[in-house]
Amino acid sequence: MIRLPLVLVFSALLFSAGVYGVLARRNAVMVLMAIELMLNAVNVNLIAFAAQLKDVGGQVFALFVIAVAAAEVGIGLAIVILLFRNRESINVDEVSLLKW
Amino acid sequence: MVGVLAAETAEGAEHAAAAANWFVQNAWLIPLLPFISGVLTLAFGRRTPGKGPVYGILAVFAALVLSLGVLWSFVQGGGPYERTADWFTVGPLHLEAGILVDGLTAVMVVVVTFVSLMVHVYSIGYMHGDVRYTWFYVVLSLFTGAMLLVVVSNNVIQLLVGWEIMGVCSYLLIGHWFEERTNSNAAIKAFITTRIGDVPMMFGFFALIAATGFTTTNIGETTEAIAHGEVSTLFVTAAALLLFGGTIGKSAQFPLHVWLPDAMAGPTPVSALIHAATMVAAGVYLVGRLFEVFVVAGEDVLFVVSVVAAITMLGAAILAIAQDDIKRVLAYSTLSQLAYMVAGLSLGEEGFTAGFFHLFTHAFFKALLFLGAGAVIHAVHSNDMSDMGGLRKSMPVTFWTMLIGSLALAGIVPFAGFWSKDELLVVANDTGTTWLFVMFLGTAFVTAFYTARMVLLTFFGEFRGHGHPHEAPASMTGPLVLLAAATVGVGVLGAPQLGAVFSEWVYFGHPHEAHFVMWIAAISTLGAVLGIAGGWALYRQRKDPDPMQQALGPVWTVLVHRYYIDDFYMAAIVRPIRDRVSAGIDWINQNVIDGVVNGAALLTRALSRVVAWVDRNVIDGAANAAGGVTGTTGGLLKYLQSGNVQWYAVVLFVGVIALTIVFTRVA
Amino acid sequence: MTWENSAITITTFLPLVGALVIMFVPKDRDRLIRGLAIAVTGVALVFAIAIAVGFDYGTDGLQYELNAAWIDAINVRYHVGIDGISMPLYVLTFLLAFLCAIYTWRFLPEPGRPKVFVSLMLLLITGMAGTFISFDLILFFVFWELVLVPMYFLIGIWGSANREYAAIKFFLFTLFGSIFMLLGFLGMYFRSDVGGQHTFDMLELQRFAQGGGFTEGFQLVVFGAIALGLAVKVPMWPVHTWLPDAHTEAPTIGSVLLAGIMLKMGTYGFIRIAIPLLPEGARAYAPWIGLLAAIGIVYAALACLAQRDLKRLIAFSSVGHMGFVMLGIATMTEIGFQAAIFGMVAHGVITGMLFFNVGSIYDRYHTREIAAIGGGMSQKMPKLASTFAYVSIASLGLPGLAGFWGEVMALLSSFNPNAALGLDEGLFRVFMVLGGIGTILTAGYFLWMLQRVNMGTLPDRWKDAPLADTLAIEWLSWVPLLLLIVVLGLYPRLVFGMTDEAVAGIVENLTRFFGG
Repeated sequence: MIRLPLVLVFSALLFSAGVYGVLARRNAVMVLMAIELMLNAVNVNLIAFAAQLKDVGGQVFALFVIAVAAAEVGIGLAIVILLFRNRESINVDEVSLLKW
Repeated sequence: MVGVLAAETAEGAEHAAAAANWFVQNAWLIPLLPFISGVLTLAFGRRTPGKGPVYGILAVFAALVLSLGVLWSFVQGGGPYERTADWFTVGPLHLEAGILVDGLTAVMVVVVTFVSLMVHVYSIGYMHGDVRYTWFYVVLSLFTGAMLLVVVSNNVIQLLVGWEIMGVCSYLLIGHWFEERTNSNAAIKAFITTRIGDVPMMFGFFALIAATGFTTTNIGETTEAIAHGEVSTLFVTAAALLLFGGTIGKSAQFPLHVWLPDAMAGPTPVSALIHAATMVAAGVYLVGRLFEVFVVAGEDVLFVVSVVAAITMLGAAILAIAQDDIKRVLAYSTLSQLAYMVAGLSLGEEGFTAGFFHLFTHAFFKALLFLGAGAVIHAVHSNDMSDMGGLRKSMPVTFWTMLIGSLALAGIVPFAGFWSKDELLVVANDTGTTWLFVMFLGTAFVTAFYTARMVLLTFFGEFRGHGHPHEAPASMTGPLVLLAAATVGVGVLGAPQLGAVFSEWVYFGHPHEAHFVMWIAAISTLGAVLGIAGGWALYRQRKDPDPMQQALGPVWTVLVHRYYIDDFYMAAIVRPIRDRVSAGIDWINQNVIDGVVNGAALLTRALSRVVAWVDRNVIDGAANAAGGVTGTTGGLLKYLQSGNVQWYAVVLFVGVIALTIVFTRVA
Repeated sequence: MTWENSAITITTFLPLVGALVIMFVPKDRDRLIRGLAIAVTGVALVFAIAIAVGFDYGTDGLQYELNAAWIDAINVRYHVGIDGISMPLYVLTFLLAFLCAIYTWRFLPEPGRPKVFVSLMLLLITGMAGTFISFDLILFFVFWELVLVPMYFLIGIWGSANREYAAIKFFLFTLFGSIFMLLGFLGMYFRSDVGGQHTFDMLELQRFAQGGGFTEGFQLVVFGAIALGLAVKVPMWPVHTWLPDAHTEAPTIGSVLLAGIMLKMGTYGFIRIAIPLLPEGARAYAPWIGLLAAIGIVYAALACLAQRDLKRLIAFSSVGHMGFVMLGIATMTEIGFQAAIFGMVAHGVITGMLFFNVGSIYDRYHTREIAAIGGGMSQKMPKLASTFAYVSIASLGLPGLAGFWGEVMALLSSFNPNAALGLDEGLFRVFMVLGGIGTILTAGYFLWMLQRVNMGTLPDRWKDAPLADTLAIEWLSWVPLLLLIVVLGLYPRLVFGMTDEAVAGIVENLTRFFGG
């Protein structure tokens, strides 16, 4: 039996790595992967609490998140590919069309 | 609807006298026939052989026969007769169509139809080849019908209808040859001048109607109401004077006499009709028909009437001396003779019969004179007596008949004019109206003088015109002969020696016994003879210039200008109103009243420009300012949206953390 | 729905329906459009005559009445009906409409466009006819204003040179007046109290007023406001100046309908609304109305003498004739009211006919300047000249023709105004004398006009001009009027008989109100 605090610390680290990736990386694929890290950190949390509280709801949520993440990556990668086709670059700093 | 359309056929009360014969009961046919013939002539005249006179002549002849039948009833001693039918109702006022036949009516219808018939026949010759021959007969018939309508009316409104139709017919007839400006001017002058008299007369009628409380227009009832009703003396006096206005206009008394001489512009048969039997006689008839009002109004009103008559009588007779136009001589003579009649009526009940007897005789001899003058004009193609002279040889019938007419006018026994003039003198003497007696006598002298002048200048001496004048055709001489016969004959109806039957037909109140006063007859004859002698002395041979012109000097100039009365009216009334007052009113309309309107419009437009400026700069300014502020703010805030997704994420995370801290603290 | 309660609604709106139908006809089907107009107005005329024939003239109440809910919120009702006062005007409206439609078959001024012209004419007719049958103030006002728009376009599009000015002047002037009228109506509405409710119904308002519902001060104000609106339409001096301009510029049809019917809406309003609903106001204003009427008569006659434009002259003569109508109304007597209504009808027939004549004269000469015509019309066009002279003489009030009765009865009534109202006899006799002077001047200008147009010799410049005498289509549209002039003159009972009972009712109420 793994103790809960250890798991929580792990997921917090994983999440922070994700946040860093999202805010700092310039490569759009890397940003997407960072988002996956953040989602999985949440999943770890959900599973841990479910085990601790003997509530299956957390596991169910984790499954939902995995499904949503899969869809998100699908759409996200499609956007990235289109972006690349149009701009020949996937540097997110260069994509600032939606401004004033 | 039926109630509106159908006049109740029930006839009003028939004041039937036992002796009223068929002709009297159906006297309404007399005015109707000429009206019908007028319409028929208008509709079919042009297509009828002879171009139309046939309808008028037949109708007027039938009317004459009916009229004689009516008169026959009175010869037999019949009494007055009234018959009415409902016409329409206006509020309380009940209007009837009706006839009132008494001795006066009977005499008048005979005179009117007889003279009119003569004129109708005469015009066949006189108007032959005229541009509007058929039209002439249309109006002539309507004119006769209108006069007859006046004569038989039993109520004032119906009388007014006839009266005004007559006015418009006179306008059409006087202006018959309207291509000439002077003729149409004369026509307008006649209509407007008489209308100036008609309007007061209408008000007089209103007074009569008002006296009955606006219930009836019947002549008998209204005069009764005014005589015995609860109306003030002032009211009656005013009513009588207003009514007399109609007479002044239609019978061409001073100061509205100016239209009559100008009315000579019409064809001569028309002049005969206007001057003898219709139109001018209507004015005198009006006074006679409403005599009760004048009698009740009393001495003062009758005095006014007599003064007006006296002025006209002598003034017009003197003017006749200075005329070169044969028709104008006769026109002024008509004025003067009408004044005789009016003056006779002004003498009250006694003068009533005498006045109308003069109207009766005058109708015949004046028609004769005019038609004779027409024959002369027809022959020499000029109205001017300086183009005439010596015509007694070439136109014997015209000469002899006109001589008879002239002697009647001059008042020579035994012609008609003598008897009627003598009657008037007798009445003036009986009533003690000496000044009027003198006026009568003086006028008789002047009348004889100008009549002699006219006959001498026309028929005696040498012919001064062009061409070869010849006698008129039979259609013209026939009426002349008939009228001459009448002129000789009708005098006896009023001759006291022969019973004076006329006074049994036409009287006011009770029959007035006519009598003969030898010295008066002698004086009047003397006056007439002197007048003729004077004329003979001066005009046996025409001299140029006129002997009277030398004798009178500047006075002659005044006479030639008709006392400057016409000029005065033209300069002081007609032209100012027509040209200046009307122009002034129009100016006021365009510049003052419409100026206010246009000014209001301009003011509104100026105001609207101000409003538009305020709207654009103040109100719209505020709206624009609000937009501007928003725009500026947005312009500043836009920089927050960089488009860099990661920058948004940074803000998001910072925000979440900040909120977490805040809420943790609060909790 | 029975004939009894729908007859006047059908008749009144028939022209409107006709206008709607014509809107679906292609505009190049010229003859069809004009033919439809004749047909529609003809049927409407037949209906109107049928209504007149079926009318019971023995009573003074409303007949063919229909009183339906319309705008409940403010208690406005579709209340129509017809009585003796409305009847002659109602029939006259459709008669003139029919004749105008016939006239339009041949005569249509620049710029043509028969479809629009005819539609507007039909719309105008519905508006005018509706005014005479409305017994609800708001309904009355709607019809009243409905008339403005088509007439504005008729003048503004088909008028002569100065048409825009005239059209705008006409529109604004009338609108200016009718706003005051509307305020007056609203004032009466808010003051009225019939079973705890405000009302616009004329009959209910009349009963309310008869019971002393309106205070004197209120009546003075409201009568003034309403009278102003009506007076502009009549038009009374000095608010008449739109009329000569409107008439001069309007096309012939417009002038005929304007003079023939539209002016009567104002005088009708006095008899129908202002006087019965506001008796105190009527009493106070009667001398002033009489004064303005008398001034108008003399003033218009003098102004006529100065006119150089034939049509303008006739237009000014209308001001004088309507002065007689108003003088009759001002006396507040039965004779006066009767005279007024007769005068309206007679003026509609005579002046309508005069405008037809002048329209045809213009059609021949292409000028209306009297001096340019230069006389001699009788030589070149004897028939046209004769009808013109005939109608002119009728217009100057010759007895035996229609114009006489209205004038003479109006003058007669002013000899003794209604004593129950305490109107000053002397004052009204002064008005009568002024009116009498007016008749002399009227004769003067008409005869002078005839002298300058008809008489004399034809000037050289017209000698070879193709001046055609009266055409068949003109006879067709004129003969009814020419006959009516003489029929009304000889048989005035035709109108007096219609109006008798209704007028008696109004005057009786008035007299009873003042305790007479």
